[in-house]
Amino acid sequence: MEARKQSEPVMKRTTVQRKSDREVVVTRTFDAPARLVFEAWSRPELFKQWWVPKSMGMTLRSCEMDVRTGGKYRLNFGDGMDFFGRYIEVTPPSRIVWTNEEGGENGSVTTVTFEEKAGQTLLVMSELYPSKEALDAAGTGAADATHETFAQLDELLATLA
Amino acid sequence: MVQYSNAHLDASFAALADVTRRGVLEQLGRAEASITDLAEKFDMTLTGMKKHVGLLEEAGLVITEKVGRVRTCRIGARRLEEVAAWIERYHRLWDARFCELDKVVEELKRKEKQDGSKKAK
Repeated sequence: MEARKQSEPVMKRTTVQRKSDREVVVTRTFDAPARLVFEAWSRPELFKQWWVPKSMGMTLRSCEMDVRTGGKYRLNFGDGMDFFGRYIEVTPPSRIVWTNEEGGENGSVTTVTFEEKAGQTLLVMSELYPSKEALDAAGTGAADATHETFAQLDELLATLA
Repeated sequence: MVQYSNAHLDASFAALADVTRRGVLEQLGRAEASITDLAEKFDMTLTGMKKHVGLLEEAGLVITEKVGRVRTCRIGARRLEEVAAWIERYHRLWDARFCELDKVVEELKRKEKQDGSKKAK
């Protein structure tokens, strides 16, 4: 019989938690060292390949990113739809913090950290809004919410626990 | 975008921000129960449990009904669906993004390996 040697499977599950009235946290593990995940996040030509998945139904027209502390970014989706802000803190390959200024006073601050462990990277992204109203109203631009089934209760409670 | 009341959502999230109340919801997800049952189950006074159930009821997450001397609680599904829908929309977007990010990272990894083996030769 053949001896099987397999590395530990990576839990590639995306979790979303409302940490508080004003904060939502997303986590995900990647099967790669932190420097590569950081690279994919900080180089515009790579960032463009994943930030706008097909299901969003949007096209990224242009993407300018100066991923340095104090640098600026601007994403343009056409029709005057722009997302822009500043990088408050950039520490390769472990941390990027930026502002989202298109929402004016309701703008949020996003912190993403990359924590490497045994060649894998745990990504933790937190979005902090100035008020709970701003967070509740935050549009994801994703498809409309479909009718949710009651079966989601378990999943929801698990993510909130 | 789907419109829903933010005030409702606030109440719902506030109600869910407590471990006992989440436990109560989980419990009621399995079967309806009286406040007395719940108080016993969570090792709590009747007054304490009434308070928790009251908050869940205000948030629309739980419906209670008094029959005789017993107040029975059950899940108020609609409001929970709103909360779930909010999380679900957010989740869907980021999950889709991260699946794409996975591909980009895998490609970087592959290239690095290739370059590494070239250098080794």
